[in-house]
Amino acid sequence: MTLNALLFQALNGLSSASSLFLVAAGLSLIFGVTRIVNIAHGSLYMLGTYIAYSLAMHIGGALGFWGGIVATAVVVGILGALIEIVLLRRIYRAPELFQLLATFALVLIINDAALWIWGPEDLLGPRAPGLRDAIEILGRHLPTYDLFLIFVGPVVLIAMHLALARTRLGRLVRAATQDREMVGALGVNQAILFTVVFALGSALAGLGGALQVAREPANLSTDLTAISDAFVVVVVGGMGSIGGAYLAAVIIAEVKALCIGIGVLHIAGMALNFSKLTLVAEFLVMAIVLIVRPYGLLGRVQAAVRSIAEPEEPIRAATPTFKLFATAVLVILIFMPLLARNSPYTLVLGIDVLIAVLFATSLHFIMGPGGMHSFGHAAYFGLGAYGAALLVKWLGAPMSVALIAAPAVALAGGLLFGWFAVRLEGVYLAMITLAFAQIVWALVFQWEELTGGSNGVIGVWPPPPFDKSGFYFLLTLALTALGVFLLRRFLFAPFGYAMRAGRDSPLRAEAIGIHVKRVHWLGFAIAGCVCGIAGGLFAFAKGSISPETIHVQRSIDGLVMVLLGGIQTLTGPIVGASLFATLQDTVMRQTEYWRALLGGIILVLVLAFPGGIVGAFTRLFTKRAAVT
Amino acid sequence: MSDLSIRALSKAFGGVHAVREVSFVIERGEFLAMIGPNGAGKSTCFNMINGQLAPDSGEILFENRNIAGLRPREIWRLGIGRTFQVAATFHSMTVVENVQMALISHAGETYHLWRPAAELHRAHALDLLQQVGMRDAADKPSRVLAYGDVKRVELAIALANEPRLLLMDEPTAGMAPRERNELIALVKRLVVERGISVLFTEHSMDVVFAFADRIIVLARGRLIADGTAAAIRDNPKVQEVYFGTGKTFAAKASP
Repeated sequence: MTLNALLFQALNGLSSASSLFLVAAGLSLIFGVTRIVNIAHGSLYMLGTYIAYSLAMHIGGALGFWGGIVATAVVVGILGALIEIVLLRRIYRAPELFQLLATFALVLIINDAALWIWGPEDLLGPRAPGLRDAIEILGRHLPTYDLFLIFVGPVVLIAMHLALARTRLGRLVRAATQDREMVGALGVNQAILFTVVFALGSALAGLGGALQVAREPANLSTDLTAISDAFVVVVVGGMGSIGGAYLAAVIIAEVKALCIGIGVLHIAGMALNFSKLTLVAEFLVMAIVLIVRPYGLLGRVQAAVRSIAEPEEPIRAATPTFKLFATAVLVILIFMPLLARNSPYTLVLGIDVLIAVLFATSLHFIMGPGGMHSFGHAAYFGLGAYGAALLVKWLGAPMSVALIAAPAVALAGGLLFGWFAVRLEGVYLAMITLAFAQIVWALVFQWEELTGGSNGVIGVWPPPPFDKSGFYFLLTLALTALGVFLLRRFLFAPFGYAMRAGRDSPLRAEAIGIHVKRVHWLGFAIAGCVCGIAGGLFAFAKGSISPETIHVQRSIDGLVMVLLGGIQTLTGPIVGASLFATLQDTVMRQTEYWRALLGGIILVLVLAFPGGIVGAFTRLFTKRAAVT
Repeated sequence: MSDLSIRALSKAFGGVHAVREVSFVIERGEFLAMIGPNGAGKSTCFNMINGQLAPDSGEILFENRNIAGLRPREIWRLGIGRTFQVAATFHSMTVVENVQMALISHAGETYHLWRPAAELHRAHALDLLQQVGMRDAADKPSRVLAYGDVKRVELAIALANEPRLLLMDEPTAGMAPRERNELIALVKRLVVERGISVLFTEHSMDVVFAFADRIIVLARGRLIADGTAAAIRDNPKVQEVYFGTGKTFAAKASP
């Protein structure tokens, strides 16, 4: 590997940094002012590529390409404004997590809309008119378009900096980033400010996507990749810092480029393949940065947004009616294998639902009472699943041993990752949990010798009598009921109270001798451990597992389940998980556009039941009680 | 015997010397008021004693042990209770659960996973609430309480670890005048009964001069006076600091 080759890779890195920056800058701008973490930002980027492709193909020529790119930015900006006016404006006062959920619903809807309009094939756009050639630099050929991209990033950075520093709108944006309530109190029309900022941020995402049209094909999976890349960049650079975003984009793109450039390196007889690191490189960078600088490279401690979420009711021990109801449900479930003798599908669905319940309840344990919004709970599910499956595969371990190992492996993961995670708060905590989940995913994906890589592990079947779905259902029911019962018990015990105390008021909790970080750390580990049981059960239920098990999609499914049911209630995750898993297994299978359907359902729920389903019921009953 | 002895305590934020070489003592059972105009360094001083800030230099001796730089939870374990300037309770818990939480922590049961917390130390917690006059509100969510009542609950929480020293940063901030006197009278009665030493800051001079055993005055980070109410009233330095601002007490001394 020569120095020239390294430098050349560094140039390549710079051109990738520009598009990373465009997406991230828009996200950062929107977050700074509206405090909304817009997951649909990646979808706007994806739409940018598709729209630019269509314009370039239909109009053609330089006008179609270059004019198309500008037009795309405008169109996506308008779309962003529409999204803000129609949807987000209704939920600014909702809890932060609900906003996440709503924007996630948009991801699903936009993805299916793109599938409907452009179809499932990858679409490769034309090469840029006027910049088709490559020039020779350092003895290699660099496409002139890449060279052009290298300059786009800094130009946009400077333009944004000037706009923020010199214009009236820029001053308002900076003021709102520091204290939006004060800006509102000074008589600024927040509604218009928010819409404009959202439109600008969206236009940047659209521009970023459009510029990719000559480099990479339009693809339906770019929405999630773009948003996770953008998140990493924003978090590394510091939320709300545009300069930080560029710095972070450069660092991450360079690290990735260098990993590819270095390739396989032989150190002391060991072959180390650096190019394999690209999948985790950005998450490693993020984990390191967050540990050293918890608010990002150029970020500052966030001014606390005065809490606008509805306060939580004190938890009450189960009433006799509730106990009776729970027992009745449990009894019906125990007789399920008999009742559903003739419909094996019902039992399979039942197993899926039970596993989802355990998964969601363990996530709720840290999200609700712990106040730690984990975006990477799939990691512990995956650790449990792989822990069990690999024991069976390599050591021929019996199911009983594998099912004990599953929570143990997940507990170890929870202890390790949790130790870092509890040092952070809010969005930063969410992002580092996501980073850890991605690292686990990449590890599983790339360590083919051990895990089978993308093929996964097959042949993980339960021994008789559990090979009959009726018996496996009962086993799943027993472990799920045990897990849910234990977690509930912990929440009513001093430990659960201490966890809530640390969430409600960390200062006050420390002032009465509670080691808040340690309590939250152990809570994190307990949740991981219980989630591992769900993972182990999943492996034997499916007979095979793949890296899909740990995919970010699963983490988000968990969030949706918890929020659907209602985060402030203890039965919420159970109801939410049951509903979600049932919908996923039944309605979703009926249509090609299940994502949009799910997104639509989520939006309705978010707008109609901001306290989740169980929360809505509770309120209904308390109102009734107040009337009578 | 002195309970708390502060020696040459200093803290700077950037170039601002918030607290400079402050020294004073609190005798056992003493009700000591710390006063001074805004920005005098009272809260910084407080936060160093309760562990929220680490001092740049100086010693904080509690029962002859240097506690400077210890964490809040460690200081609490040694027997120092505190209330907050802006009252903070655990808003997702009931009033009695707030007190129970402190009792649970004091008993070293924080990590217990099995017995429901609602059953633990309830009688003791109710008793503490009785003493601060909040027994009737025990099972209400703490977030629905009026601010003055929250302050009372805080006091019950602060008494849970049977402290020998109580730190109260503006215990009556945000309260109506009558409530103020009632609360301080309550605190005074409780600490006399239990022999607790108290260090408190206060802006209401009526309260300070009516209840404090001794008063120390801070101005621009320095201790400028230390004495009885009468001595402080007549101290020319104190008069200078307060002159033209909060003249709630009239100068009697002739110039």
